[in-house]
Amino acid sequence: MSEETKNDLEQANDELTAPASPKATKPAEARTLWRDAWKRLKKNKLAMVAIVWIIFIVLVALTADLWAPQWLGDPTAADSTTMTANSRLAPSLEHPFGTDTLGRDVLCRVIYGARVSLAVGLLATAISTAIGLVMGAVAAYYGGIWDTIVMRLADIFMAFPYTLFVIAMIAVLGNGIQNVFIAIGLLGWPSIARVFRSAILSVKESDYVDAARAMGASDLRIIARHIFPNSVASIVVYATMSIGGAILTESSLSFLGMGVVPPDPSWGNLISDGQTYLATQPWLMIMPGLAILSTVLAFTLLGDGLRDALDVKMKDA
Amino acid sequence: MAETRTPLLSVQHLCKEFPVESGVFGKRFSKKSVHAVNDVSFDIYPGQTFGLVGESGCGKSTTGRCIMRLSKPTSGKVLFEGKDVATMSKKELKEMRRNMQFIFQDPYASLNPRMTISEIVSEPLIIHGVMNDAGEREKYVRELLDMVGLNPEHINRYPHEFSGGQRQRVGIARAFALKPKLIICDEPVSALDVSIQAQVLNLLNDLQKETGTAYLFIAHDLSVVQHISDNIGVMYLGNMMEYADWQKLYDEPYHPYTQSLLSAVPVPDPDIQTTRKRIILAGDPPSPIDAPSGCCFHTRCPMACAKCEAERPEFKEVAPGHFCACHFAAPNPIKESSIEL
Repeated sequence: MSEETKNDLEQANDELTAPASPKATKPAEARTLWRDAWKRLKKNKLAMVAIVWIIFIVLVALTADLWAPQWLGDPTAADSTTMTANSRLAPSLEHPFGTDTLGRDVLCRVIYGARVSLAVGLLATAISTAIGLVMGAVAAYYGGIWDTIVMRLADIFMAFPYTLFVIAMIAVLGNGIQNVFIAIGLLGWPSIARVFRSAILSVKESDYVDAARAMGASDLRIIARHIFPNSVASIVVYATMSIGGAILTESSLSFLGMGVVPPDPSWGNLISDGQTYLATQPWLMIMPGLAILSTVLAFTLLGDGLRDALDVKMKDA
Repeated sequence: MAETRTPLLSVQHLCKEFPVESGVFGKRFSKKSVHAVNDVSFDIYPGQTFGLVGESGCGKSTTGRCIMRLSKPTSGKVLFEGKDVATMSKKELKEMRRNMQFIFQDPYASLNPRMTISEIVSEPLIIHGVMNDAGEREKYVRELLDMVGLNPEHINRYPHEFSGGQRQRVGIARAFALKPKLIICDEPVSALDVSIQAQVLNLLNDLQKETGTAYLFIAHDLSVVQHISDNIGVMYLGNMMEYADWQKLYDEPYHPYTQSLLSAVPVPDPDIQTTRKRIILAGDPPSPIDAPSGCCFHTRCPMACAKCEAERPEFKEVAPGHFCACHFAAPNPIKESSIEL
């Protein structure tokens, strides 16, 4: 070895030891993908605000039965005796979001509407993610004719005008919240399948999968240890973001009168009810609108944060 | 060949074709194929290094992958310790892979970005059920890291926290974890800086002396192969052109292709570099889909004539232990080009 290469080597070794020495005394904590990701996510302020907001909304929606009716009154029933007196009151301490035409408290209706929106967002995304994962995995693993069948099917689904197709499905299945889950869930899978398929394909061809195969690793081990951890991140991100999309779709459907049936509140039909009074009592529309905006935004920001956090190449502590 | 010992690995008339997919109907209706590897034979003996050289796309890596059974050969045999790799049962294959390891060209792609160095290096141990005690395994991984010149404290780091040379060392530690008999090194230094190349080559050399592992060393750089090999094979367009021990090949290359390759190796002395003879090849290597008739090198060979176009030269012994596929095989020393690293 020449003098120069020796020096290089020493330098390289110096670089190796230098940054580690202060940490060397601390016992090495086991590092896992998810623990590291959480560490990075905690540093992302926007994502943390989004998480706090989502947890808040979920808690409020889950516990609403315990306190909301006592404080704000029944969200659905209209009392004919007080109806006229309470109709479309401006926001006040007693009714923070004001009241609607039938004298019901808008805050209370927004809270109960959150139940519908969150349920649709989570369940519809769960359905479409489950279908999408299976379809994407089948297309990527088996390849060939299966790939063609699954991906052409996905193309066909994607070519349908989304909202019109959901409306058509609800027209066939009937109005009702469970049909909204099914309709949105069934239509959302093609994009998830595409994302998962391409993630698997790129990982499948990578050198480290070849390396594992050359080592004699079983298929199960390759899938569990190499392919899955390297392709799942994109799905987590995509699914988180599509929760927001599902909430929006449900709102549009309810706005059009296809989703949740009145008197049950949902953010979509609250806006629909309020649009008549936009000029005179704008809070009827603005309040549920803000609820949609903030929640969808929170899921999108969380998805963004997750994408950065799950990328191991991002600098961390 | 001349040696009487039994070879560790014997590659006999290995061929690998890839069907060319074109048109709407794909490969089923296509008759064309790429002859990536065409009738390649060589032996590797225990503890020795066989260097496989050639320009990119000539089938060196495919040969390596066929030996490892990452690809299935179209025809021909790969015998590892006398057993045909292609017909091995799952169990035999696993046993074979314990004794044959692979070092990849790209140290950025060959390590799983979501696994720590410790997980990467101990994976072969876990797969083959060697050292089931986690504490013992970690101790061994630390030893391995130390052996390849990495700081054992970095056991819990991720690959992206290392430089290219360091990652290649991780790959080397992984390959040596099971103490294999043969390691296929697929251009292990071509992605690295020259100074780091020397370090990694020296490391591979030292490890070979320590462990007695045999190498199949694939490279496109003759100076790299010269540094490490006992025997060298030169490939062009899927065919083996010349085979000899390294001293003979460098002193007396018989094949015009080898001669031109040797003349292209840069010499650190500028006086020699400017005055020495260079054999410059015209044109690009032809596409392996439509390989030339006769000798596959005739389209670029300075000595080509009508015979080369019509007749494929036999791969024959031109001197003891020296094989060459050329109608006009003759020694043509290009001495001044050899480099001392």
